[in-house]
Amino acid sequence: MNWDWNVVDDFMPRFWDGVLVTLQALAVGTLIAFALGLVWALAQRSGRVWVRWPVVAVTEFIRNTPLLVQLFFLFYVVPNFGLSMSPLTTGIVGLGLHYSTYTAEVYRAGIDGVPAGQWEAATALSLSKGRTWRVVILPQAIRRVVPPLGNYVIAMLKDSPMIATIGAFDMLGEAQTFSNETFTTEALTVVGVAFVVIAYPASLLIRALERRLVR
Amino acid sequence: MMSSEFFTTWFLPGIWVTVQVTVYAAALGAAVSFAIGLARGSRYWIVRFVAGIYFEVFRGMSALVLMFWMFFALPLFGWQLVPMWAGVSALGLTYGAYGSEIVRGSLAAVAPAQKEAGVALNFTRLQRLRLIELPQAWPEMVPPFNNLLIELLKGTALVSVITVADMTFAGNLVRLGTNETTPVYTLLLVLYFVLAFLITRGMRLLERRAKAGVGQLPEKPGGTTRTAGGTTRTSGGSTRTSDARGEHLPAGSRSAAGGTA
Repeated sequence: MNWDWNVVDDFMPRFWDGVLVTLQALAVGTLIAFALGLVWALAQRSGRVWVRWPVVAVTEFIRNTPLLVQLFFLFYVVPNFGLSMSPLTTGIVGLGLHYSTYTAEVYRAGIDGVPAGQWEAATALSLSKGRTWRVVILPQAIRRVVPPLGNYVIAMLKDSPMIATIGAFDMLGEAQTFSNETFTTEALTVVGVAFVVIAYPASLLIRALERRLVR
Repeated sequence: MMSSEFFTTWFLPGIWVTVQVTVYAAALGAAVSFAIGLARGSRYWIVRFVAGIYFEVFRGMSALVLMFWMFFALPLFGWQLVPMWAGVSALGLTYGAYGSEIVRGSLAAVAPAQKEAGVALNFTRLQRLRLIELPQAWPEMVPPFNNLLIELLKGTALVSVITVADMTFAGNLVRLGTNETTPVYTLLLVLYFVLAFLITRGMRLLERRAKAGVGQLPEKPGGTTRTAGGTTRTSGGSTRTSDARGEHLPAGSRSAAGGTA
């Protein structure tokens, strides 16, 4: 074993650059996933077959194919149709799109979990459809979906290194190039440890949230 | 268009490698799942503690980073792994951590009275596990494990970055050779979808058998305990599965979304 703390010191500035990119991808990706997931979930409940069916087909397809290949698809194929994006943007869109199909399931389950009596009560009070959703259903569904959504944020964090494969310089991308330039392995180890160090407190936080929100 | 020659020379072997990686990683993952899952329910705190550390570390770790580390960093510690095995072990070790949560959760969800019944019958710890707890936990485990297997299949695409010639690697190669990006990556996505679909179909059979009744349990438990389990089994259902959820994980949570909410 030949561990050298000097190499770690040399890597640190680039490590922080990578952390910044990773967090950026995670933040924007999460926003996309949360928003788009709700759109999918509502569309899947639509009474119109021509809305429901294509959405179900597309989300099932996205969910059952690898994120890595989707990233390649977005990065190499989509520009052929006249839409070029930077590696980081491609990565963020890919992460957000992929995880939106998971969050859609979370929302779906959360909405289904609202007791039928609540729908009936809204009907009895002759609330409009919009008000029923806004005042009765969604506030109750949100409590149920927060913990599983949090778990998906951590899952996204762990999948985010994949954007390095299309040339975005996240934590892994920085470590990889640094290791190649210096023929060392400390950088990769530092990044590996960083993931555990970020993910563990985050999982504790979500567990605490779960205890508070879901009883 | 991409010629069929490319398909037979690159994609077909790639499919075979993907299947192999999936099978090996699933086998390793299952072994780890049960070992760590059982250890986390151990009586001895030290065993629980060590298994807990394993769980937290490998659940928090990114599979891709681990794979890179095993492939590039491990050799410097004097351990050179063939790309295939670096990939398989990285996948097996991470997915095993997720699976351990399924095993632990579904064992914890077995009704306490069932375990007490085993104690009353003077069963040893091993007998209780083999004859009472595992047979009852099994139907709870199968659906989340199926989801995990799909996640694993998708995860195998990662091995392409450490030069294992799986489907994704073949796709990248053909893309470089032909510049036919659109057909290549579309085909690749369809291939993964078809494989996932086949797994889902196959596993649904297993699921139905596991749910059908305790009489058909693969474990072949002893006669008396079988019926004892049967009565409580059906009522358990969805509420209990919420315990068996692999946290942080698309796979577990996919079914778990229903469980928690």
